[in-house]
Amino acid sequence: MTVRIQTAPFDAEAEVAALTAGRTDIGAVVSFTGLCRGDDGLVAMTLDCYVEMAEAEIGRLIEAARARWPLEGVTVIHRHGRLLPGDPIVLVAVASKHRRAAFAAAEFLMDHLKTRAPFWKQEERAGGAAWVEATEADDAAAARWAPER
Amino acid sequence: MRLVYFAWVRERIGVAEETVDLPADVATVADLVAWLKTRGEGYGHAFENPAVVRAAIDRTHVKPDASLIGAREVAFFPPMTGG
Repeated sequence: MTVRIQTAPFDAEAEVAALTAGRTDIGAVVSFTGLCRGDDGLVAMTLDCYVEMAEAEIGRLIEAARARWPLEGVTVIHRHGRLLPGDPIVLVAVASKHRRAAFAAAEFLMDHLKTRAPFWKQEERAGGAAWVEATEADDAAAARWAPER
Repeated sequence: MRLVYFAWVRERIGVAEETVDLPADVATVADLVAWLKTRGEGYGHAFENPAVVRAAIDRTHVKPDASLIGAREVAFFPPMTGG
């Protein structure tokens, strides 16, 4: 299980390859990469982060996922700092023996990461910078996994 | 006790972190918010709607009624928007 909070970019392909290197017991890898979208004249996005808590909280989310599905490996990387449209923000990669567990765990991790991992986005446009507000849709996405949390 | 602030909570208060000595009657996170609001305009602005500000004690999410006993670091921040 790997959790990294970093400002540097990551190579999603290399991370997935590392997850399965030398393994013959893995039947499925699901990976999700979240990218900075250049909507509405977005110039840049700056992610504020409580780094120490992010590592701990993502670790707890991975443990919760492992309690629900048999997982052979998990990598979560989340960047902070100033990102430009097209830049990768987050990677969730999950390896399991079977695809259903890998798909479900990856989605579970992303849904909870959005509502529980301490990151905050500030969008920068020509008119100035503004903090992104949390959406009810994100809360609803996480809540559908209840009663786990 | 160390207090840390993030995103617009930090901007409104004007500092990223501080160390405070709490009055004896501050027992919970909600008490701490009420006490902080007496410390100045920035705090009042940050906590004008306490229901939207989230808290963590020693890097674990907590509810407003959580006890501060044994807490070393309390963080305040808006709802998360990562991912």
